[in-house]
Amino acid sequence: MTIVARLTDVSRIYPPRAGHAAVHALGPLSMELRAGEFFSVVGPSGCGKSTLLDVLAGLAAPSQGTAEFEGKPVNGVVPDGVGVVFQEDASFPWLTVEDNVAFGLRRLGTDAAEIRRRVDFATGFMGLRDFRRAYPSQLSGGMRQRVCIARTLVLQPRLILLDEPFGALDQQTRLLMGDELLRLWRETSATVMLITHALDEANLLSDRIGVMSARPGRFIDVVETGWPRDRDSRLAERPDFGAVTSRLWSLLRTESMLALGQGAVAAQ
Amino acid sequence: MTAVRTLRGPLLLTASLLVAWQLLHQWAGDTALTAPLPTLEHLWTMIGQKRFVPHVTETGLAFLQALAIAWIAGVGVGVLLGGHRLSGEVAEPILVGLYSLPKITLYPVILLLFGLGMPAKVAFGALHGIIPVVLFTMSAVRNVNRTYLRAGRSMRLTPMQMAWRILIPATLPEIFSGLRIGFSLTLLGTMLGELFASQRGLGFLLMTAIDLNDVATILAIAVLISLFAVVANTILLAIDRRLRRGSAA
Repeated sequence: MTIVARLTDVSRIYPPRAGHAAVHALGPLSMELRAGEFFSVVGPSGCGKSTLLDVLAGLAAPSQGTAEFEGKPVNGVVPDGVGVVFQEDASFPWLTVEDNVAFGLRRLGTDAAEIRRRVDFATGFMGLRDFRRAYPSQLSGGMRQRVCIARTLVLQPRLILLDEPFGALDQQTRLLMGDELLRLWRETSATVMLITHALDEANLLSDRIGVMSARPGRFIDVVETGWPRDRDSRLAERPDFGAVTSRLWSLLRTESMLALGQGAVAAQ
Repeated sequence: MTAVRTLRGPLLLTASLLVAWQLLHQWAGDTALTAPLPTLEHLWTMIGQKRFVPHVTETGLAFLQALAIAWIAGVGVGVLLGGHRLSGEVAEPILVGLYSLPKITLYPVILLLFGLGMPAKVAFGALHGIIPVVLFTMSAVRNVNRTYLRAGRSMRLTPMQMAWRILIPATLPEIFSGLRIGFSLTLLGTMLGELFASQRGLGFLLMTAIDLNDVATILAIAVLISLFAVVANTILLAIDRRLRRGSAA
């Protein structure tokens, strides 16, 4: 089994600032992403899920430990071959959908015909063909998130990191976007890591689910789902689907209560 | 059809202003307010006169220099203060204080510093215009959406690309609003600067006309300046709208 990315004894500590003590946000934890798998991370709020993604993406350097992508260390710079989709709307409001999608390729100096071809493919794949000349402000939240996914997709990443990309969307849109994400994952054969707080979503989409503890986040378990590669949201009808979600919740219940307590303390 | 529709608002406004002006003239009489038509005729003859041109050039030059200072220095200082958190936090209340201060109270100081003439007018105009430009630019730079910067880093942009392709387009709409307000205030400041202790310019003509109770000239100059301000502001607003076309209104 090829390992695409690896974290070894990674922790992240935010140094003390005026009026705030140092915050130990994450770890120490270790994890491996296997080539071509769909891995999700669930955990109570504030447990450092997003920090974990930032370290893996090279958007934040680990305080201790090492991060690797394809055998090379990741140190605060996003490696070539890694694509990131954020929770917040990151589509550029000053560019049309088409120009948003082409953005990364243009900065790389890819030739015009190739950009054309890849943008056509990505906009078509994400169902944005009719909106190519629209501006993000004319689109719904779900469509804007598709623009961001398409913008990552054109760069042909081998590892796609998604930080709660559907967090702001309604339940129906989430389910449909989940199906699209599965289709994208199957057809591009990229490795995907998804951060989410929705247990059903993690269950439905993933081959493996890492369950994190309350802050400082560590993996308390990794659940293998064993779902077929060719799956979609109808998986939820299977009788054994609920069992996996229940398992995730039983692992998370005490941790979530702990996190709730931390929140209350932090608010004081 | 669309041309008629877009022009209908401004045309109606102009027509009602002219009617109101005429009515006010009927009520106040020629000694306080000349009627619209004679005023425009008077403006036309003034523009035709040789001695009028240097005054317009003087005011125009003073305004352009003041505007250049207010815009360029304003954006420069705004970017620095927006980028450096502590400086920004120290400067902001001072700038807001200066902004609300009636700057005419500082005019004697400006005159003592720069002497009579062009430099004082330019300084006074720039003083009015620069503060909103600094404040808007500072806020634009400070509030630039961090997610755009993270997205830029995730697409491996160089620092240059980050500045040109993300920072500038992300901050431009708000900065431009500052430039627009700075434009109006610079015009105000330049005109104010010409009203006192000046020997040339439209402001000087205005003061002379007040001394001579030359109502037609007063109004003609007012119309000329208003026309300039309205036309310039319309153009700036159109650019502003175009810049904001992408972002949610």
